[in-house]
Amino acid sequence: MSRNGPVALIFHTLFVVFMVAPILVVCWVAFTPEGFLSIPITQFSLRWFRALVNYPEFVHAFGVSLWLGALSSCIALLFAVPAALALSRYRFRGRDALSALFLSPLMIPHVVLGIAFLRFFTAVGIGGTFVALVIAHVVVVFPFALRLTLASATGMDRSVEMAAISLGADGWTMFRRVTLPAILPGIVSGWMLAFIQSFDDLTMTVFLATPGTETLPVRMFLYIQDNIDPLVTSVSASVIAITMTVLILLDRLYGLDRVLTAKGGDAGR
Amino acid sequence: MSATADTSDARAGLSLALPALMLFIGVVVIPLAMTVMLSFHDWGQYKGIEPVFILKNWMEIVDDPYYLEMFWRTFRVALLATLITAVFGVPEAYILNRMQGPWKGLFLLVIIGPLLISVVARTLGWALLFGGNNGLANKLLMTSGLIDSPVRFMFTETGMIIALAHAMMPFMVLAVWTALQRLDPQVENAALSLGAGSLTVVRRIVLPQIMPGVLSGAIIVFSLSASAFATPAIIGGRRLKVAATLAYDEFLNTLNWPLGAAVAVLLLIALVLIVVGSNALIERRYQEMFR
Repeated sequence: MSRNGPVALIFHTLFVVFMVAPILVVCWVAFTPEGFLSIPITQFSLRWFRALVNYPEFVHAFGVSLWLGALSSCIALLFAVPAALALSRYRFRGRDALSALFLSPLMIPHVVLGIAFLRFFTAVGIGGTFVALVIAHVVVVFPFALRLTLASATGMDRSVEMAAISLGADGWTMFRRVTLPAILPGIVSGWMLAFIQSFDDLTMTVFLATPGTETLPVRMFLYIQDNIDPLVTSVSASVIAITMTVLILLDRLYGLDRVLTAKGGDAGR
Repeated sequence: MSATADTSDARAGLSLALPALMLFIGVVVIPLAMTVMLSFHDWGQYKGIEPVFILKNWMEIVDDPYYLEMFWRTFRVALLATLITAVFGVPEAYILNRMQGPWKGLFLLVIIGPLLISVVARTLGWALLFGGNNGLANKLLMTSGLIDSPVRFMFTETGMIIALAHAMMPFMVLAVWTALQRLDPQVENAALSLGAGSLTVVRRIVLPQIMPGVLSGAIIVFSLSASAFATPAIIGGRRLKVAATLAYDEFLNTLNWPLGAAVAVLLLIALVLIVVGSNALIERRYQEMFR
C-alpha cells in the first residue's frame, strides 16, 4: 500500500478544515457570554443554552420535530418492510418501475414535493395540520427506510425460513421469529436514517408548516431570516450535538459509508 | 421458471408492495399531477385562483427576462458548485482511500458526516464565517496574503457557491469513494513497477476507471444544487433569487400559486432532462470504452 505524500497530507488537512469550519464556528459562538455575536469569543458561558428554555417557540418546535421524526419513520417502515421483501424476493413485471417510483422522492426536488403537498393537502382540507406533515414526511423518508431494509433483506439466507416452515411454523410465526430478526439491523439503521432525514428537512416542510406545527429547522430558518444572534447559534449547536450522537451510533451499528451508499440489489442504484 | 410460478411470484410481490404503492399513488403521483394542472390556472390579486386552462403563467416565465435571468443564475451557481466539488472532492477521496486503518474511518466520518447535520445549522456557520467585511473568512484570507481587499461573500453568488459546494461535497466524495473501492490495486502496482510515475498512474490508470463515479457524483451534486433552498435563501438573501426561493416567495408571500407552480414544474422538467440526458451520455460513452 502506497502512502500519501506531504503535499497530499497538506491538501487533506485544508480540506478537513474547510469541511468542519462552519460547524465548529457555530458550536464555538454558541458559548459566548455576550448579548450579541462576536468572533472570536473571549469567555465561555452557557448563558444562551440556559436562555433556550425560556423561548417556548424553539422548545415547542423541537417537540414537533421529535414527534414528527419518530412517527413518520415508524409509519414509513410499516410500508417499507413489506415493499422491501417484495422487491428483494420476487421477480415480476413492473418491478423496476415500482422501485423507481419508491425511490422517486430522492430524485424529485424537495421544493417541488413541498409545493405538490401544499396544493394537495389544501385541496383535501387538511392543510397546515400535523397529520399532513406526518404523511408528507412518511413519503420523503420512505426511500431511506426502503434502501436499508432492502439491503439486509437481499443479503438474507432464505433456507432458514424454509427450515422454520418445514418444522411447522406458520407464515406469521416465521416472519416474526426468523425473517424479522434477520433484517432487524437494516430496519433499525433505516429508522435512524429516516429519523435524521425527517428531523433535518427544511425545504419541503417550510411549505407545509404553520405557526402551530413549525418544526425546528423551519423555526430556525424563519428566525435566521430576521436576524442572526447568539440564541440561534445555541439552538444550532444543540441540533448538531443530537445529530452527531445519532451519527456515531449509526456508524458503530452499521458503518456510515454503508448506510449512505446502501446497495439494495438493483433498487439501490 | 414455469409460467405458473411466474404469476404466483407476481401476485405475492405485488400484494406485499401494494400498501406502499397505494400510498405513493395517493400522495405523490396525484399531488404532482395537481401541481402541473395548477400551473395552467389563472390568478389575480383579488379573485385568487381560477381553475381555468390558460398559458398565462408559462408565457410570463418565457417572456419576462427576470425569470430567464433567475433560471440562468440557478444553473450557473449549480454548475460552479459542482465543478468545485469535483476539483477538490476527487483528490480528497483518493487520498482518503490511501489512508491506513483507523484514520480512514475517522476522516470518512468527518467528511461525510456533515451530510446528516441540519443544513440550516451548516449554512448558519457560513453566514457567521462570511459576515461583513471583517468576517473570519476575510481575516483569514487577508492574513494569509491570498487577497488584498475583503471579498463580499454575504448576499453574493460567490458566497452561495462556496456554501453550496460545502453542503454537496460529501455526495461527491462518497460517489468517488465507492468507485475507488471497485479498483484493483494490482493494476496500480503493475503500472508503478513498469516505471510509471505516481502522477502518470493517477492520470492514466486511476482517473479513467473512476470517471463514471465522478460523473454520477457530479449529476447528484448538480441536481441537488439547482434545487437547493436553504443555502441560497440564507446566503443569497431576499434579492438574489434562484428557482427554489422564487417558488417559495410566490407560494407564501405573493400567494400567486399558479405562477409558483409553473416555476417548480419547469425546474423539475429541466432537471429530469439534464439528469436523464447526461446519464444516457455517460452510459453510451463508457459502454464503448469497455466493449
